[in-house]
Amino acid sequence: MATGAREAAQARGKWLVSGPPILYLLVFFAAPTLIMAAASLRTPGEFGGLAPLVDEAGKLDLNFDSFARFFTEPVYLEVFVKSVIFATATTVLCLLIAYPLASVIATSPKRVRSLLLLLVILPFWSNFLIRIYAWMIILGPNAALARGVNGMLAWFGAGPVPLLFSSFAVLVCLVYVHLPFMVLPLYANLEKHDPALLDAAQDLGAHAWQRFWRITFPLSLPGVYAGAALVFIPALGIFAIPDLLGGPNDTLIGNLIKQQFLETRDWPFGSVLSIVLTVAALALAGLAAWFGQRATRARALVDA
Amino acid sequence: MRKRRITLAKVAAAFGYAFLYLPLVIVVVYSFNDSRLNAEWVGFTLNWYRTLFADDDMLVAARNSLVIGLCASAVSTVLGTMAGFAMHRWKTRVLPILVLTPIAIPEILVGVSLLIFFVLLNFTLGLVSVAIAHIAFCIGFVAIVVRARMAGMDESLTEAARDCGATPWQAFRYVTLPLIMPGVIAGALMAFTLSIDDFVITFFTAGAGTVTLPLQIYSMIKIAVTPEVNAVSTLLMLLTLLLIVIASRLSPSLLRSQESTP
Amino acid sequence: MPLLELRQVTRRFGDFTAVDHVDLAIDAGEFFTLLGPSGCGKTTLLRMIAGFEQPDEGQVLLDGVDLADSPPEARPVRTVFQSYALFPHMSVEGNVAFPLQMAKTPAREIPKRVAEALEDVRLTGFGRRYPHELSGGQRQRVAIARALVTHPTMLLLDEPLAALDAKLREEMQIELINLQKQAGITFVYVTHDQTEALALSHRIAVMNRGNVEQVDEPSKVYRFPKSRFVADFIGQCNLFSGTVAARDGGIVSIAVDALGTVRVATPSTIAPGTRASIALRPEQIRIGASQGDTASDNRFRGTVSDLLYMGDVTVYRVRTDGGAEVEALLANSQTGRAKFFEPGDAVEMDWPAAAGHFIED
Repeated sequence: MATGAREAAQARGKWLVSGPPILYLLVFFAAPTLIMAAASLRTPGEFGGLAPLVDEAGKLDLNFDSFARFFTEPVYLEVFVKSVIFATATTVLCLLIAYPLASVIATSPKRVRSLLLLLVILPFWSNFLIRIYAWMIILGPNAALARGVNGMLAWFGAGPVPLLFSSFAVLVCLVYVHLPFMVLPLYANLEKHDPALLDAAQDLGAHAWQRFWRITFPLSLPGVYAGAALVFIPALGIFAIPDLLGGPNDTLIGNLIKQQFLETRDWPFGSVLSIVLTVAALALAGLAAWFGQRATRARALVDA
Repeated sequence: MRKRRITLAKVAAAFGYAFLYLPLVIVVVYSFNDSRLNAEWVGFTLNWYRTLFADDDMLVAARNSLVIGLCASAVSTVLGTMAGFAMHRWKTRVLPILVLTPIAIPEILVGVSLLIFFVLLNFTLGLVSVAIAHIAFCIGFVAIVVRARMAGMDESLTEAARDCGATPWQAFRYVTLPLIMPGVIAGALMAFTLSIDDFVITFFTAGAGTVTLPLQIYSMIKIAVTPEVNAVSTLLMLLTLLLIVIASRLSPSLLRSQESTP
Repeated sequence: MPLLELRQVTRRFGDFTAVDHVDLAIDAGEFFTLLGPSGCGKTTLLRMIAGFEQPDEGQVLLDGVDLADSPPEARPVRTVFQSYALFPHMSVEGNVAFPLQMAKTPAREIPKRVAEALEDVRLTGFGRRYPHELSGGQRQRVAIARALVTHPTMLLLDEPLAALDAKLREEMQIELINLQKQAGITFVYVTHDQTEALALSHRIAVMNRGNVEQVDEPSKVYRFPKSRFVADFIGQCNLFSGTVAARDGGIVSIAVDALGTVRVATPSTIAPGTRASIALRPEQIRIGASQGDTASDNRFRGTVSDLLYMGDVTVYRVRTDGGAEVEALLANSQTGRAKFFEPGDAVEMDWPAAAGHFIED
């Protein structure tokens, strides 16, 4: 019969190794997240932050006022809906650009494949602000693009439009920043496809478009869903891009959150907005995982 | 017919690559442009780099970024290696959730929750709070790379080491660690890069007095477009490029590390 | 006292019982084999001896000492892994020296010991190479050298030849036998390959679904299987089952479905009416064209339905008049002919009562 001594030693080893990272993340990730969740039920303090937990009258400061504010004042729901629209548009555009990229990489000869893949990933690793800044240059009023576009508009008799500080600029940059997140999972999926399937389809009389639409695309759905989640979730919470490239009407939920914490200093309401963002992001991740799983199952049926 | 389809996809892919690189190329090219406006090519100059190295604010920011990057990557490499090891060895449930969520959710959430946390604890915002925040999200990236490396390792090697008389620590020290070392180094380089480049989380946790390179760039481009930003961007990109190319050589799975984040 | 003793050893993985109350005793100097199909628990049993798994119940005793509190590194046994598990970042010398370093052997002694170990496995001169520069057979030898260098009391081998091709496997089998004799170390050998087990072992434990079905010398396991499983797993075997019809001295008559009454010699005192089986090896059956009128214990008529030409022998599958399928085997050596019968030929089979082996169900 095994006595406890060895098992105890093994358990000790396990905690010695997994304990420090768990502890660190409990303190510096889980705890702050929970504190933020709790803050959403409090009243903002007179000079920012939170009001005392127990006021002079001995009343506990816990209420749903900030939640009520989000759901009753239409301006906030509008911003939320606008954020969802921007994130959705970003996801769709990323998919359209990423698909040919991923399929070309996946079907390229093995020796260049990792280079092509690295080329997609490198921009992701360059600084986020630099990538925004690049579009400030390209879309700037004095740059060739704006002058060309406005010259053409003038030729048609229309007035000039600003490219920078517009929803257009925000969307272009959102797509630009998130594109690698779509290419990677798509590539990982497409790489595994058996080329014999396409040969078989061709043999059975399917032409190019049918081969793509009936074979390749359905099989790639798990990759599509994974990519969609990886693009949609960060795009939903972005604040720097509308901050730097958007116009006055391009406030997204990320900007609202930043405002609440750094400008109006209304922590409870900022926390409510953060919770809304978290729930939306988690719901979407769950949905994508669920669809992905279904698609994977369907794929398994095809494989079998 | 099939040939044409491929050509079409290739043209689209070429546009995709152009879309990815043209903006970055423009930033680099204009850093050598002898004009204050980032509008058209006037002539070659190194003036913006001279301005950059004479800019005290920028140098302070660079030093802060370096200090934070080194601390954050050192600590997160140790903790991330432990996490990756534990995730592979014991298939724990809690750890992957704790490790992966910070990099899967929008960054702003990590930033603001830490801001509340530090302020409520009366913890002065500055270099230390930023480093703490960076470690929290770097752990996940290191852990993913290390776990991938562990997964590629023959399970029986550690058992063989134990069988040869090694204690669990000796088995790790002489067999597991040397074999996962490329992954650990790749993870460290990644963590350093992520820390140096991070804007969003730093933005919330730095407080008023502390500036890092991305924060400095932000406050500059918020006001106006100046080629000095192109110059610092170019240098920063060069550094990142170098680190990531080295890291991806060491750990090919790095190329896919982002997939496993959701 | 046996060198290694397992008492009621049990290991469960969730609902699945991998090893179920196993008792075994292995003597010093033995070449002992755990034989069974995949999933029978043989590897789990070996891993419990090595210390990688802990029994949920029961004891593992080495020289009478319970090993429950000894981690793998503290046990005087060494394992040769199926994948060899050579450390890829160490040279051959580094691999073989590793257990010596862990045992704190004085540094000046190590090169000599490593050289000796490499000599034993005929790999002198390969010390500077790395595992990826070696062939499968060479890696195998390095793994053995690494395991033997500290002179353990016992060597555990987990399907060590599974990754080698047939020719090399036979060579290595002979080498293993010699090594075992020369080193005088107890070998506990795990395999699913019955010919390998028969060729190498002093004793074999046949395992099935976590249980040891029989422990015996190879010839006994082959000739006198204790259960239907053992009879079926080791070699080719006809298994007839039916009801005991009569017992007359040392001969039991069994009414086998679709075949008829089969007589078998056994000391068993089984009561008529009980279910029982007879195991009959194909080579024990005499097969010929219908001609015999000599008396025989068992004689059946049938038609050849299939034949399998295997080179040295041909296996004939005969369908008897009652509808039973019987496999019989004829050696092709004597006549130079490839086969004696064609499918469709009428044949007669007979065998003495002593040829079959009686198994109580």
